[in-house]
Amino acid sequence: MITNFRLWPVSASSVAGQFNLLFVVLLILCTLVSVAIAIFLIYSVIRYHRKSENELGSQKRYNIPIEVAWTVIPFILFMAFYVWGANLYFHIERPPDNAISMYVVGKQWMWKIQHPEGQREINELHIPVGRPVKLTMTSEDVIHSFFVPAFRTKQDVLPGRYTMTWFEATKPGKYHLFCAQYCGTKHSGMIGWIYAMNPVDYQNWLTQGAPEGSLASNGEKYFHQFGCANCHHFNNQGRCPDLRNLYMRPVLLTTGQTVTADDSYIRRKLHDPDAQVPWGFSAGVMPNFTGIVSEEQILALISYIKALGPQPGTQEPSSSGAAPTQYGTQKGIGGPGATSNAGSQVEKR
Amino acid sequence: MAQAVAEAIQKNYLNEKQGLLSWLLTTDHKRIAILYTFSITGFFFLGGFFALMMRLELLSPTNWLVSSETYNKLFTMHGTIMVWFFLIPSIPNTLGNFLIPMMVGAKDLAFPKLNLASWYVFMLGGGVTVYALVRGGVDTGWTFYTPFSTSYSTTYVVAAAVGIFIAGFSTIMTSLNFIATIHRMRAPGLTWFRLPIFIWSMYANSVILVLNTPVLAITLVMVGVERIAKVGIFDPALGGDPVLFQHLFWFYSHPAVYTMVLPGMAVISEIVPAFSRKPMFGYKAVAFSSVAIAALSFLVWGHHMFVAGESVYVAMAFSFFSFCVAVPSAIKVFNWTATMYQGSVSWDTPMLYAIGFIGLFTIGGMTGLMLAVLGLDVHLHDTYFVIAHFHYIMVGGTVMAFLGGVHYWWPKISGKMYPEGLARISAAIVFIGFNLTFFPQYVLGYLGMPRRYAAYPEEFQMLHVLSTAGATILGVGYVLPLCYLIWAWYYGRGATPNPWRATGLEWKTPSPPPAHNFEVTPVVTAPRPYDYEAMKEELQLV
Repeated sequence: MITNFRLWPVSASSVAGQFNLLFVVLLILCTLVSVAIAIFLIYSVIRYHRKSENELGSQKRYNIPIEVAWTVIPFILFMAFYVWGANLYFHIERPPDNAISMYVVGKQWMWKIQHPEGQREINELHIPVGRPVKLTMTSEDVIHSFFVPAFRTKQDVLPGRYTMTWFEATKPGKYHLFCAQYCGTKHSGMIGWIYAMNPVDYQNWLTQGAPEGSLASNGEKYFHQFGCANCHHFNNQGRCPDLRNLYMRPVLLTTGQTVTADDSYIRRKLHDPDAQVPWGFSAGVMPNFTGIVSEEQILALISYIKALGPQPGTQEPSSSGAAPTQYGTQKGIGGPGATSNAGSQVEKR
Repeated sequence: MAQAVAEAIQKNYLNEKQGLLSWLLTTDHKRIAILYTFSITGFFFLGGFFALMMRLELLSPTNWLVSSETYNKLFTMHGTIMVWFFLIPSIPNTLGNFLIPMMVGAKDLAFPKLNLASWYVFMLGGGVTVYALVRGGVDTGWTFYTPFSTSYSTTYVVAAAVGIFIAGFSTIMTSLNFIATIHRMRAPGLTWFRLPIFIWSMYANSVILVLNTPVLAITLVMVGVERIAKVGIFDPALGGDPVLFQHLFWFYSHPAVYTMVLPGMAVISEIVPAFSRKPMFGYKAVAFSSVAIAALSFLVWGHHMFVAGESVYVAMAFSFFSFCVAVPSAIKVFNWTATMYQGSVSWDTPMLYAIGFIGLFTIGGMTGLMLAVLGLDVHLHDTYFVIAHFHYIMVGGTVMAFLGGVHYWWPKISGKMYPEGLARISAAIVFIGFNLTFFPQYVLGYLGMPRRYAAYPEEFQMLHVLSTAGATILGVGYVLPLCYLIWAWYYGRGATPNPWRATGLEWKTPSPPPAHNFEVTPVVTAPRPYDYEAMKEELQLV
């Protein structure tokens, strides 16, 4: 009837061990201090139990050295754990560069996941063991939260923007996925499983259910379907920025500010095209795609723009000269020109 | 002639006027305190009933008792009622209302009519919230997170928000009244550093409430505006920002959780010296720690949003301040314990509650530290660990303090003694039931059981069953005092003016006190508070 009872959670990610260590050390310290307080309290209550109705105890009112000590010592201890905890948090919040990108869309009440290879999953996520996996997440409706207890990770999934989490599974297995942020009637049904697999098994899994195309190629399909290609094709028309070699590069805006062309920026341009217009281009040209392109399609489009370069990890200078090379590596793009340098206007001076 | 004198002496605030109207139109702070006690007791048992239904549902991993819709409404109404209609008004509006004028040697609060008005406003707010409840309830959680509350929930969100909005004015009225009274109406000679810690804590508490309640009010108005008029404030589909709501809500609500526990600390800071017959150890540190908590409580709201997409640097700042606010709380625990050391410690019921409070508050505080550690909060956030943590503070802390305070001042309020033996047994039942209910929830949370789940994986069942078993014991522990205190009101042994031989001004007047508290305005000459030394003769202590 009652199965799998346990008192210690499964630990199956690279972060879990570090989390456990910090948790246990702090737990032991807190327990020791609590027990010390309890012993002192119980001792005082019993040892100084009132013996007669008229008894009056010591009337000592203060002891400055002791009071300073029990103010300063806890504070110093707190700071030690503050720094330790912040350190772990930075580690949890910052994905390694070599992470595989996957995309999550939450909605009432399911998790929709897209792999870069094109696989789509609902309430299940297959990942390889030993490789960091980075999730870029958004919601179609209310706030959700992607929580994998065995990995000690949790990240709220917000409508209207991207949030990110990452983990590296260390043990093959099947782990709970929970929605941790209350999201309506079937909140407790917004659960699923993470399948961490040996790399070989994972490759098999990828090939078994091989989809028609990769996420980026789906994105390319949408790029044409929604008419993006009509303007953002790669000739030197000058009305719209070239999207090659754009991903994660700085973009100079008409306001003189600079933003990074990250996932959020690309998404924002679809919903609010006249905000943050790149230098040299004008507002009022690009149509608003709100309600036309779904969150999942946007993620595919981003994946496509990402594939247009630069490749992750390469730190090439943002000269326009790199663009044609990147363009040449892409197949099946409908734009006529292969010598565009329109992107140079977008990039940082 | 002698008979007339005896009658004159026996005239007190309870029997001076008779009839329902004399209660409903009273401006006596003591009677208003009793009106509030009736109200919040009703709300407490209503909120407790919802909790019991939740615990029963959670006996099984499946929806065996109620549907998910109903479960969601149960936890929402439990939270809403307990937070706004029990915890925040609990100690301030009952014990605070009764005691603040007496502790400062005044005849009443500064604005007696405002005090009565605040009760009516409170009842109106409560009425509107109960209306939302009987019409079908609310399912947003007491936190009203957007855009769920503004664009997706189909329940009575606006009605509940209006109820809370109205009740907020009652809170502000009472707090202003307390601040004015403490500033302007202290008896001759009662300087700030001669005030009981109760007054210091209630003062800090009132300042927080005056500053943060308006923020809640405007936030609820914005929720209503977005929900009704579709003005984009929080919902990104309308051009809003969903996290903005969380910032506004927790800017109110984190200080608010301190307003739930500071009054508890106020009560404990009176019980511990009285039942140890010792001055409050480190009086000034304890007094200023209340002020420090009030100030720092406004700087920690972001610790509710460590996984909501906050910048890591912002998170670091909020984590830092969360550790800082733990220091004054730790100081209080150390000082209460040190007050007992070398005292003359009695084991009467109020002291049992105080000892329970210190133990449970310490556990709640320690686990609060764990949640303040950034890397740990990522896992623990929005799990049962958080639920256990704040119930250790709110129930293990505030409710224990409330019960302790009610027993301590019961002779003053009612003029009767409560049955000591039975009271000790129920204090023990509350302590055991509480720990059995909430300790397993720490383990559940650490294992990864998320909050607000009507159904759950079956590996969590054992701990949920334990917790539900504890809740039934806890329920008994709460019903017992209700019964024997009502009994004692009518049949209890008569109380002397100062049955505990305590030092506060409230004990220098008959039990129950006359309508204007003191026959002669007291003059304070003792240089220090809790001055047993100076009052040795008077209290017949050796």
